[in-house]
Order: sequence, then structure tokens, then C-alpha cells
Amino acid sequence: MSWQNRVWILSTRNLKTVSGGSLTKLAYYSTVQHKVARVRSFDHSGKDIENEPLYEISVQEEITARLHFIKFENTYIETCLDFIKDHLVNTETKVIKATGGGAYKFKDLIEKKLGLKVDKEDVMTCLIKGCNFVLRNIPHEVFAYQKDSDTEFRFQTNHPNIFPYLLVNIGSGVSIVKVETEDKFEWIGGSSIGGGTFWGLGALLTKTKKFDELLQLASKGQHTNVDMLVKDVYGGAYQTLGLSGNLIASSFGKSTTADKEFSKEDMAKSLLHMISNDIGQLACLYAKIHNLDKIYFGGFFIRGHPVTMRTITYSINFFSKGEVQALFLRHEGYLGAIGAFLKGAEQDNPNQYSWGENYAGSSGLMSTSPDVYPLQRTRSGTFDMLEMDRLERPLVNLPLLKDPSTYIPDTVDLTDDAMARKYWLTCFEEALDGVAKRAAASQPDSVDALERAEKFRQKYWNKLQTLRQQPFAYGTLTVRSLLDTREHCLNEFNFPDPYSKVKQKENGIALKCFQSVIESLDSLGWEERQFALVKGLLAGNVFDWGAKAVSEVLESEPQFGFEEAKSKLQERPWLEDSYSQWLERLKEGPPHKCALIFADNSGIDIILGVFPFVRELLSRGTEVILACNSGPALNDITYSESLIVAERIAAMDPVIQSALKEEKLLLVQTGSSSPCLDLSRLDKGLAVLVRERKTDLVIIEGMGRAIHTNYYAALKCESLKLAVIKNSWLADRLGGKIFSVIFKYEVPCK
Amino acid sequence: MGEERCPGVGDHDTGGNVAEELFPWFGLDIGGTLVKLVYFEPKDITAEEEEEEVENLKSIRKYLTSNVAYGSTGIRDVHLELKDLTLCGRKGNLHFIRFPTHDMPAFIQMGSEKHFSSLHTTLCATGGGAYKFEQDFRTMSDLELCKLDELDCLIKGVLYIDSVGFNGHSECYYFENPTDAERCRKLPFNLENPYPLLLVNIGSGVSILAVYSKENYKRVTGTSLGGGTFFGLCCLLTGCSTFEEALEMASHGDSTKVDKLVRDIYGGDYERFGLPGWAVASSFGNMMSKEKRDSVSKEDLAKATLITITNNIGSIARMCALNENINRVVFVGNFLRINTISMRLLAYALDYWSKGQLKALFLEHEGYFGAVGALLELLDSA
Repeated sequence: MSWQNRVWILSTRNLKTVSGGSLTKLAYYSTVQHKVARVRSFDHSGKDIENEPLYEISVQEEITARLHFIKFENTYIETCLDFIKDHLVNTETKVIKATGGGAYKFKDLIEKKLGLKVDKEDVMTCLIKGCNFVLRNIPHEVFAYQKDSDTEFRFQTNHPNIFPYLLVNIGSGVSIVKVETEDKFEWIGGSSIGGGTFWGLGALLTKTKKFDELLQLASKGQHTNVDMLVKDVYGGAYQTLGLSGNLIASSFGKSTTADKEFSKEDMAKSLLHMISNDIGQLACLYAKIHNLDKIYFGGFFIRGHPVTMRTITYSINFFSKGEVQALFLRHEGYLGAIGAFLKGAEQDNPNQYSWGENYAGSSGLMSTSPDVYPLQRTRSGTFDMLEMDRLERPLVNLPLLKDPSTYIPDTVDLTDDAMARKYWLTCFEEALDGVAKRAAASQPDSVDALERAEKFRQKYWNKLQTLRQQPFAYGTLTVRSLLDTREHCLNEFNFPDPYSKVKQKENGIALKCFQSVIESLDSLGWEERQFALVKGLLAGNVFDWGAKAVSEVLESEPQFGFEEAKSKLQERPWLEDSYSQWLERLKEGPPHKCALIFADNSGIDIILGVFPFVRELLSRGTEVILACNSGPALNDITYSESLIVAERIAAMDPVIQSALKEEKLLLVQTGSSSPCLDLSRLDKGLAVLVRERKTDLVIIEGMGRAIHTNYYAALKCESLKLAVIKNSWLADRLGGKIFSVIFKYEVPCK
Repeated sequence: MGEERCPGVGDHDTGGNVAEELFPWFGLDIGGTLVKLVYFEPKDITAEEEEEEVENLKSIRKYLTSNVAYGSTGIRDVHLELKDLTLCGRKGNLHFIRFPTHDMPAFIQMGSEKHFSSLHTTLCATGGGAYKFEQDFRTMSDLELCKLDELDCLIKGVLYIDSVGFNGHSECYYFENPTDAERCRKLPFNLENPYPLLLVNIGSGVSILAVYSKENYKRVTGTSLGGGTFFGLCCLLTGCSTFEEALEMASHGDSTKVDKLVRDIYGGDYERFGLPGWAVASSFGNMMSKEKRDSVSKEDLAKATLITITNNIGSIARMCALNENINRVVFVGNFLRINTISMRLLAYALDYWSKGQLKALFLEHEGYFGAVGALLELLDSA
């Protein structure tokens, strides 16, 4: 863990513990100070613009809010309390919120050590609050367990409406809670046969003391030696009854004899089946009575144990005949802690913000299947953490998504596709040295830049190795999640914007060419110009430092420019080519009311590709919303950079100038700092504007936004997805060659 | 169900007396753990009949009615015998006999030795064992079993026995004031208009049926946590070897040492959810701790096992009753034999958790209804 460069403001109000069973979960809120890149326009009046950089780059300290959740074994409670004490400042309120059985157990210890009063919060209230929070804020929080598949976990898209659902918490007993709204939930039932029964009865039967060891025994046993099956009762004739002979007729029905020995493994397995089936059956009965089809399972019986997830899933499938799905949560173990925290922070209302998981600081979901990953088990068993960054602005769905509940941003699920996963992980591994080098080079004046770059390299390398073993560690593995994790790791080591100088330089160069590009475009006839504009957009998109093939060219050929890029492009017909339909639309149809453009790279891409295209749209009477990332990612243009660029272009071009002035061209931020695009998590301001301006055309540009994500995204309005494929493996997969062109114009079916 | 007629049933050449099935009259229910046999002993045999009666038949009747135990494991439940019953125009006594399923081979062997097949009778059998042992009956004693549907037989048996009563007493009973140990009393219940009812049959496993009329019923669900589970776990936990022994131990045990109660966690009632402090929060939950494991007795463990299984059946039955919108739940099956603890607990649990909406009912002939149903099928088809 790296806790350097962080200021801990741990007021007690913000410190929550959930002590449940043998693990203690601690939630706290801190402000994190980290470096951010800022750009600022120079005052150029009276200066020689020719030799000056376009704008000033500075690195500033920014303070953001972060939620931390730590999980550790109770044996470390004292160490942990010492840690909290050391970081406690400003204790005005003398109360700490705690929930779970341990809240009673450790009450005295906490009060003595910290000199604070322990305020016990209701377990279930905290659990539900936490559950609602993760369901709302963490994409890919929910997964289903699937047996006999390449990956054990199948992640679900977050449904915009999370209610109602059933939460079945399997602790020592079982609680079944129906959750209808944020604040409305009801305990509808429970059962005394739960995790404590498995553990207690298991310990008696097998003389095995630990829960984990019992599960391990169970995973090796044969329950058919202990259970009486339907075929044991019916003999071989059960087929004629339409019954499965392997159904258990009577759990432990074969052990009704004093003179036979049964193996520990077999008994543990039989017990596991008995308990899982029973819980599944009750859960289905309750789901049926209350007419619910989503059941989330949690509690220590489930927590990261594929063995129990499997038996519970089986049971739910069996008893509901497939009508109800057993679902699990990636951060299930933190729900109580998150809830206790939210309860204490109610006056700050954390629910009014959007939160994002910080991949750099969070341990991933570990498969604790004893058979599969014996090493990771020991590694992750004692200490585990989750970090959530508070985002400055709330994130919402793009209002133009056709069906937000089924929208999946990512084109390829790498957890599913082993070949693609192998390729991309290797690809990111191979690029890592280069990224680390660039990061160090971006801060030539910093003494510890090299050291930090190496730490970054190490951290990201470890993440990649974890993902090789457990692709599901952070939800569905995608090219986007790999890219985002890299950005998070860079930030973690104070490389907020390794490409800032590259971007600055390229923006400067491209601006110088702007006028001549416009002149040559204006000299063309209408139809020729339309094609030249599209080609310009595509050529601009070649300038992608994230693509290995391109960055090599750019490093070695400083003269490589717009014309060179155009010559690299595939000739028509393109790999995906609906240009004729697009041209037809422009020719025959009325001008669009408003176009939303998601920009990609800075430099030539934005200035010589996107802006001329924007200019043409404006001339047609179409308003334009130009959306750029809120924070830096690779050489993608950021919102603040786009403001400067637009200002400079406006100074040269009256069309852009008046459009800006009349608010026909609007620059907005996406709310994202990813090289990819998740249309279900966009800045609220953008969404409002899209609605206000009655946007009827969406243009998504670049590999990250239009191919790795959103290639299959269905929208309510017309859309253009365009990109140049700058990766030969991907090109090959799509049936083309490197620098193949994707031009996808889509009209929603009526 | 029940549409298919068994070959051989009722189509013998009976010399003019078409309406009557030849003796002996048996009904057999071969379960996972126990075989239940009902035998009708005619008491109105005429001298003429007696003369015609083959030696075999006499010896079978004598053997069954003059003994209360057969071999080392067969037992006749004398206290359940139905006296002076009129069945198909014949008067006689109905006997109830049980033995463990693992002694089936010996039973079949006996059938062979006594030349059962020469009696030209049909052996009506239900339960899984009717399928499992069909071939053995055929090859070892040259007998063709008439296999009957388990649930048909069960319901038929329940309705019949309830209608004839228990030697002048009520077959069906319930517990008055089930939530009050002092005032709790067993009282007869009149099941004249039985429908709809939820029938919970607790044998080795549990089957739950919703019965809307004589012909209209469905199997709602079942659970593998049944009598076999109680007995099986008790054998493993206490080393006992009979069901009776397990129950005897349970009656002397204290399950609250083994189970974690709501009050053990919350110090009292958990008011947020309306859970009383005495409710079991986690069955065997205290056994997670080594000290507590070392301090419990076998009796405590047997009691906890009984309570766990019984409460679970109660709560599944309650949920099913809610789902099916039925408020009378009839519990049958051999798990309840000599098992007052479970019956009272079921009565209590149903009453308490349903806030008095559900009523638990019990029948005196607990586990024999399937066998009775099989016998009735034999006679019906005649």
C-alpha cells in the first residue's frame, strides 16, 4: 500500500467500524491530496507568439475526497486502533459508529483506546444502506456464479432501477430482507440453519475447527455416501417417474447406522448441500410470496467462497426452476461498514455524489476456492481494501441510450474470451516499460520521478498478474478496465498527466496548420469536401499515443504529419463502410438540430480533424456539443485544453468564433478520465444539455470510445462511430489490416 | 394419476363372487427407511370358507395376528389396531406392522418360503421400494407387485382412516394452547370438511402436498431435511443406533446450550425485526466455539438436532401454506411416531409465526397412510 502524499483528516464522525465475526471492517473518509495537471492560457499580448508554447502547464495539488474500506482479521484490532488513533485529528464529536457482533465485543477496547464513545448502529440498516450504495455506484458490482465455465463469475450490467430486491444474509443464521426503496426495507423472514450451523455442526462431525477448512473438506467430499438419494429409494427405476435419481431424498439418510464410518469430507459435503439447499428453498419461497426475482446473497457463508456460491446457485436454480437468479456482490464483505459510514455521514449526504472505484487502491475480488488458487488465498485472507473516490460531479446515463438497462459499454468481455484476454494482457505488459519511461520523462525536474515511475511499473505489473490469474478481480475484464487501471495507478504515484507536454506541443503545431487546412477544404466542391472532412477526422485519429504502432512512428519520425497520416489510411471500401448512407443523409435530409461529439486525441485529431468537421456542421445550421474528458488520459484532449484550443481557433476563424459566442458550439466535460467511454456514467451537465438542445446526432470518435467501447451501443438517434484501427491483432480479428477504417453510420429503427 | 389399472388386480376367477378380492388383504408401503404393512384380518369367516381356505393362508393369518414382533426388527403396533372394521362387506381387524427397509430381502425370502405366490393374490405396494424391489419380488418369490402412486395412496389412506375413526375416537387431533406449555392439551379435531389442506409427510425426507379435493391435489415441494436427517445426524453425533434411542436422548437434552439464540446475540429481543429473544438465531451456532463444544452432552446434541429439523419443516410448511393460501396443515409420517416434542413444537411454531392463522393437525396412524391407501386400491379395483 502506498499511503504517502495523503493527508488524513479522520474525524471520528467519519470513522466507522463494522466488526463481524472474525474479520473487522473499517470504513473511513479521508481527503487525498494528489497532483493534477492544469493548463492556463498565456497572455499573448505583445509577445512573439511564434516561439512561445501555446499554453502554460502546471502541476497543482488538489484535494479530493476518498472513502476507504479496510478489512482485517480481528487479531489485528489493537494495531488497527493504534493506527486510527495516530491519524485522528479534530475530534469534535466523541462518537464512533460501529455495527455487527464485534461492536459489542470490542466496545470497551475501542472506547478505552480511542477515548471515544461507541455508537452501535443496527446491523441490517447498515447492510442495506451499504448494499444500495454499491449497487448504485460500482459498475459490475453484481455477478452470477456459473459452473463449468471458463470464468466462474458472470458480471451483470447495473440496472438503472435497483429496487425492489431480496437480500439474503447468511451469517450464523439467515436473514431475509425485502428492500423496496432507499429507506424502506422489511425483515420478511429467516432461518436458523445458516453459516453457524455449517460451522458448528461441521466442527462436531469432523473435528475440524475452522470454517475455511470445513469448506475445503466439503469441496473434496462425496455427499452421495452420506445422503439418501432418490435412486437409493427407488432403485434403478426412478427414470420412469420423471425424477432425477440424484436428487437428495434425505440428507444424512445413509448415516442412520451406528456401525459405519463416514469420511470427514463426505460429511462436510453433505452438510454443505443440506444447508445450501435449505437456504435456497426458503429464499425462493419468500421471493415467490413477495413476487421478486432478484436475490442478492451475502454474509460470511458466501463471502468470496466459490464453493458456497455454487451450491446456493444450484439450489436457487432448482427450486425456482430458473425463474429467480442468485446474485452476489463483489464488495459484499464491506456492506455493513459502508452502511455504518453512510449512516454517520448522513448530514453530508454522500448519496448526492457519484463515486468511482479506485482500481489502484482496491484489492480485487479473490477467488478463494481452495483448489484453484491456494496462493492467493493466504495472500488476501487477512487484509483487503476498497477505495472509492468522490467525483466532483454526479454521473448519469446519456439520455439518448436506447435501453439503459441493457447497455453494455464494452465490446469484448475479456473474462469470457480467453484468447483476447491473453493478447491484451501481454500487450499491456509489453507497453508498460514505455509508459513508465514516459511518465518519468514527463517530470524532468522531479528528483524522485524515476523512483515513482518504477513503483508505478511494479504496481501495474502486479495488477496485470492478478488479472491473469483472476480475470474477474475487478468485475468484467475489458480493454477499458485495463486502461483505466493504468490511469489510476499513474495517478497513485503522482503522474497525473504524463502526456501534458506532448499534447501541448502537438496542439501548438496543429494550430499553425489550421487555417491552411480550412482554406483547402473551402476550395473543394460540396461532395468532395464532405469526403475530405471525414478523411481528415480519420487521419487525425491516427495520432494516438496509446497505440503502440503509432507511438513508435511518432517517436522515430518527427516529421510525421497530417498528410502522412492520410496516406496511411485504408482506401475505400473501408472495413466498416456506411459512408454512402451518411452522404445521402447529408444531401437529402434536413440539417441535424444538434450534434454531440465525443472527442479523442489532442493535436491534429481535435484541431485538424474535429474542428473543421464541427465547422461544417455549424454552417449547416446544426448546433454542436463538443464533449472532452474531465481529466487526462493518454494524449486525449481534456476539457480545459479544449477551451484553450477553441479560443485560439476562434481567433482565426469567424465561424467558430460566432458559434461560441452565440452558444451554438458548446464545450462540455464528460465527467470521465478514461480513454474509453461509458455512456451510462456521464456528467450530469452534459446530459442536461443534450436534452435541452434536442440532440439528434451522436458522433463517437477513436478506438477507445468507438471500438473497445460502444461499438454495439444502440442509441435513440442517428450516430456515427468512426475510428482507425491501430492495432494489427484487433484489425485481424475484425477481418482487416492495420490502419483499417471503421465508419459506422447508424439510424435507429423506427 | 391412478388411471392405469394394475394388471391382475380384481380380474381373478373368483367363482361367482366377482365383487370380492381374494384374501389375504395386504397394503405395503416401502419407504427409504421403513416398510409399512397393513393387514386385514377377517373375523367373519364362515365355516364353509374356513374349510376352503388353503393352509398357507391360515398360517399367514396366524403368524401375523398371534405375534407382536417378527424376527428381530418387525413390530406390530398393537395400539393402532382398528377393530371391527367393515371393509368391502367384510368384518375384521386392521393390523399395522413395520420393519426396516434393509430387511426387505428377508421379507421377500419369507414370501418365497411361505409360497405366497400360490395364493393368487395381488400384492399392492407403494413407496419408492415398490420400484426398487419389484424385480426381487418377481425372481425370488414369483410375485408380481402392483405398484401404486405414493401420493395417491397417502391421500386415500388419510381420508379413509379419518372417516372410519380410531376405534370410536377421533383420528385427527390438535394441540390447544400450543404456545403455553402449562395449558397445552391434545384435543380431538373434526376433519369432516378437510379441504383444502396442506399435507406434510415426514418420512426419511419430507413431501408437502396441497389437497383441494379427493382427486385434486399437487405436490408443492419437499425437503431432504427429514426424519432420516434427524436420525442420521443423531447416529453420527451421539452414537445411538435406534430412532427410539435418539428420541429418548433428545427428551433429556437442552438445545439452548447448542443453539445460538436471538438473546445470545442481542441480549434480549431483537425489536427492529420483532424477533423474540428465545428464538433460535443459529442452529448449532454455539458449536462454533471449542469450549462450548466440550461442554455439551449427547442429549443436548440430540435435542438440538430434533429442534433444528422440526423448526425447519415447520417454517417450510408455513411458507407453503401461505403460498397456497391454506390454513390447515396436517402432519403425518413416521418421524412423528412417539415424538411429542416435535408435534408440540410444530403446533407452537405454526401458531406463533402465523400469529394464530395456521393450525397444525396430527393423525394417530402417523406413518401408515400410504400402506392403507395401497390396501384400499386393491379393494377398490375388485
